[in-house]
Amino acid sequence: MWKRFSSNIGAMVGVVLLLAVIVIAVIAPMLYPGGPWQMVQRPFLPPFAQDAYPFGTDTLGRNVAAQLAYGAQVSLLVGLVSTLVALLIGVPLGALAGFYGGMVDEGAMRFTEFFQTIPNFALAIVLVAIFQPNLTSIILAIAIVSWPPVARLVRAEVMSVRKREFVDAATLAGLSKPRILVTQVLPNTVSPIIVMASLMVATAILLESSLSFLGLGDPNAMSWGYMIGAARTVIRSAWWLSFFPGVAIIITVLALNLIGEGLNDALNPHLSRKGRA
Amino acid sequence: MDILIAILSRVAKAAVTLLAIAVLNFFLLHAAPGDPAVVLAGEAGAADEQMIAQLRERFGLDQPFYLQLGKYVWGIVQFDLGYSFRQGMPVSQLIAERLPATLLLTMTAFFISLGLGIWLGVAASARVGKASDSLLTTLALLFYATPLYWAALMAVLVFSVWLGWLPAFGFETVGADYTGMARILDIGRHLVLPAMTLGLFFMAVYMRMTRASMLEVSQLDFVKTAKAKGLGGAAIRRRHILRNAILPVVTLAGLQAGQLVGGAVLTETVFAWPGIGRLMFESLAARDYNTILGVFIVSAAMVILFNVITDIVYRIVDPRIGARA
Repeated sequence: MWKRFSSNIGAMVGVVLLLAVIVIAVIAPMLYPGGPWQMVQRPFLPPFAQDAYPFGTDTLGRNVAAQLAYGAQVSLLVGLVSTLVALLIGVPLGALAGFYGGMVDEGAMRFTEFFQTIPNFALAIVLVAIFQPNLTSIILAIAIVSWPPVARLVRAEVMSVRKREFVDAATLAGLSKPRILVTQVLPNTVSPIIVMASLMVATAILLESSLSFLGLGDPNAMSWGYMIGAARTVIRSAWWLSFFPGVAIIITVLALNLIGEGLNDALNPHLSRKGRA
Repeated sequence: MDILIAILSRVAKAAVTLLAIAVLNFFLLHAAPGDPAVVLAGEAGAADEQMIAQLRERFGLDQPFYLQLGKYVWGIVQFDLGYSFRQGMPVSQLIAERLPATLLLTMTAFFISLGLGIWLGVAASARVGKASDSLLTTLALLFYATPLYWAALMAVLVFSVWLGWLPAFGFETVGADYTGMARILDIGRHLVLPAMTLGLFFMAVYMRMTRASMLEVSQLDFVKTAKAKGLGGAAIRRRHILRNAILPVVTLAGLQAGQLVGGAVLTETVFAWPGIGRLMFESLAARDYNTILGVFIVSAAMVILFNVITDIVYRIVDPRIGARA
């Protein structure tokens, strides 16, 4: 599996890019001990003018490079944690629906469909606005709008796995139903979940940045979306203030998408053939 | 007859979903910070106990919870979405004024993205493995990773600020008082950038999907039959493969309608486009919860309506769907 993954050029580019972002996020406090809010130079310093400030300074004379580095922390944190929370909702719900079928399935799927019908970005805006913008409400809002596809995927996988012979064997061996679900069926659904999760982190990062752009970010955390939102009104005079955070978002999201596709090809080789012919 | 029953049951299901969203909306409104009566009294400039009590009675806030819920949902059925004290008018009226602009923007973006996406997807699938296919696929991957609002800002920078080709914001030229054809052209010029940037992300989605779907269908037996009949590559692609490959793409497009409405909030914010997305953004800053939730329920209703229409169109176009459902 690793061999197939590592021979995929796109996926390896993704890994390198993502590692770079992670390293920057981790060493941000060492690189810029003053934090992202500190004023260090005159405002509106253009990029590449001074070596110490390669990306220039913002409207208040804060170092854009430091803001970018700290922004990486928020993006990665929100992306990762909200995906985990979405998995915590979607996996059990989908597993129960797929394994027990009948009324359980019917109920769980109506519930999932309901959430899928609601325009998800609009719901995320409403949730964050009402529960006040902070990291917890942002993470929960993103998780609440992202779990339905997980539930559907897990349900479909569980339904196909539970008909296999080794599940019959486990039943004959006297294992209880919940135990079969957890120890026999679920482990066989892990690889598609991993693929979906890596793509969900990317979507969550985009969602977080969009919320921050609208002013619904955590006021105590520097975020790429906030940087673009704050620079929106000065775009005519200071293009770099919106340009670089956008590039940072694209690099991170692209890296995760590339990794997700690489994992998909590596974990489900016969499926990926179709798309490539 | 079957199709009529299917349509009726679909509409009934949509109505139930909408009611459920109205109930959800009610609970969200109650979770919003601040006692509504206190907030209202504050807005009116007199927050004494007597006034608050009066307001409670007037708006039924002293009634039991289930009665309030019933009244709220009944109000929504009658298009009563509450009152915006910030804007000084009923929320439904605010939304009605802004809705046409959003419909124009989202519909244009929808058709641009679907048309271009399918066209480029077909083009890429016809050139699998060649440089032009790789270029298109890479570009799609890039657009797919680009935040909508950032693409919008960069488009403003390039096409309005630097090149000066297109207006940077607004719905039409203020004070120009164009009429007839001139006005339509003016609005059209203002529409280009918002519609293109909103459509770009979705175009990437549909292109990838079309390409994959085309390649999948091209492996099927009936395509071999068509080849054996001596048909040319382009004819097979258009008349045999595309007709089958397009179905999942259109299904996806129907499902994505909700995302389009969400994207409109961002696009309208950047371009100061006077639609309900911009209204939502303005209400966020003012913490005008009645309006925020009003826009939310109207956009949900739009999405549900759109899904019902796609569903019905499908049943008519593709008889196999009716048989399966």
